[in-house]
Amino acid sequence: MRRRLEWRAAELVKIVDETGTARTLRFRVPGWPGHLAGQHVDVRLTAEDGYSTRRSYSLAAPADGDLVELTVETVPDGEVSPYLNEVMEIGDQVELRGPVGGWFVWRPASESRVLLVAGGSGIVPLMSMIRARRRAGSRVPFSLLYSVRDAERRYYADELAVPEPGLDVTYLYTRQAPPGSSRAVGRIMLDDLAAGGRPAVAEPDCYVCGPTGFVEASADLLLTLGHAPERIRTERFGPTGG
Amino acid sequence: MGIISRGFQGRRRADGDRLPPGQYLVEDFPVLSAGPTPRVPHDRWEFTIDTEAGQTHRWSWQEFMALPSQRPTVDIHCVTEWSKLDTTWEGVSLDVFFEDVETAAEYALVHSYGGYTTNLPLEDLLDGKAWIVHRFDGEDLEPRHGGPARLIVPHLYFWKSAKWVRGIRLLNEDWPGFWETAGYHNYGDPWREQRYEGD
Repeated sequence: MRRRLEWRAAELVKIVDETGTARTLRFRVPGWPGHLAGQHVDVRLTAEDGYSTRRSYSLAAPADGDLVELTVETVPDGEVSPYLNEVMEIGDQVELRGPVGGWFVWRPASESRVLLVAGGSGIVPLMSMIRARRRAGSRVPFSLLYSVRDAERRYYADELAVPEPGLDVTYLYTRQAPPGSSRAVGRIMLDDLAAGGRPAVAEPDCYVCGPTGFVEASADLLLTLGHAPERIRTERFGPTGG
Repeated sequence: MGIISRGFQGRRRADGDRLPPGQYLVEDFPVLSAGPTPRVPHDRWEFTIDTEAGQTHRWSWQEFMALPSQRPTVDIHCVTEWSKLDTTWEGVSLDVFFEDVETAAEYALVHSYGGYTTNLPLEDLLDGKAWIVHRFDGEDLEPRHGGPARLIVPHLYFWKSAKWVRGIRLLNEDWPGFWETAGYHNYGDPWREQRYEGD
């Protein structure tokens, strides 16, 4: 039996605003054991009177020594995300436990092509895979389809704008597209996955992450296109609780 | 007590004593699964129990519908920290399915359409602790919540309540399932907070 996952003190050392409602939080976590791209952590907050609560968040990047990054979308009326995004300042502490999850992960040694399908804040664990690929110097072809309301809601926009060999990035705007976009705005469709994705015959590993409706629709479309169910891995973000 | 997060207030709940440690309440019904949602038509659906001696007991959808049904109201607890109170289901107690099953096995491996598996001691499925359900909240169970039929074992974390259930294999030795081999606890008692391997 493996050693129990410990709660570790995590000090906020850096904040990057991603959008008006999301920010990336970098924590220093002494003793962090490292993690795989796609894994998540539990975050525990404790109030002065001892009341505590916790939530799961995806890790946004490979571990850098004892530094780990989360990107958190503020859930209106949530209990935890408004604290992380609006109250926490550099030097404040939370507790982290992890890494968690051994299924929705990408391993740098993998040689399969990869199709990433993100809906909204579902980009976070997929970005961790893109960054892990870059860090490992992997040449495995990656395609990212990123469904997002409008250009203002994109996470990591500057980083994804930098051309990277073997990485295709396609935005699917659902509400408003930037001037010059050829695709009509709207939810992800068969054509999007057929054109911007990797064909089923190439047998890519597919990772789909986003809200439930998005994940359901995308996974069904991938099946329609002939992708094997065992190559489609899903992770869902509900608007719940936050 | 853990490290205090400066300025964190949090929300206390009046019904907190029904929540296992580390859980919070939700009103909606989040969906979690590891892959695409299988679609299983009633005429191709079956549920089986395979004993350790190699005997197979089989029920078609019609036979399942003809069994005496119950309407359990239970609290459910997901390992991703949400709990939902007073959920109402309709289905058949596992005790009914096991009436004519002869077994001395101690372990069960539940398997689903789509390939999901989860393991638990057989005794956790018996004595009114588990059901195969086909309705939730008065409606037919949607595919994304495990329809046409799923297992519910509400006293364990909800990943044990396999969606799209297809059958149960009875085993003399414990055989870890999908999440149980991916870092999650083998048993998963929410009141002892057995979330992850080693807890």
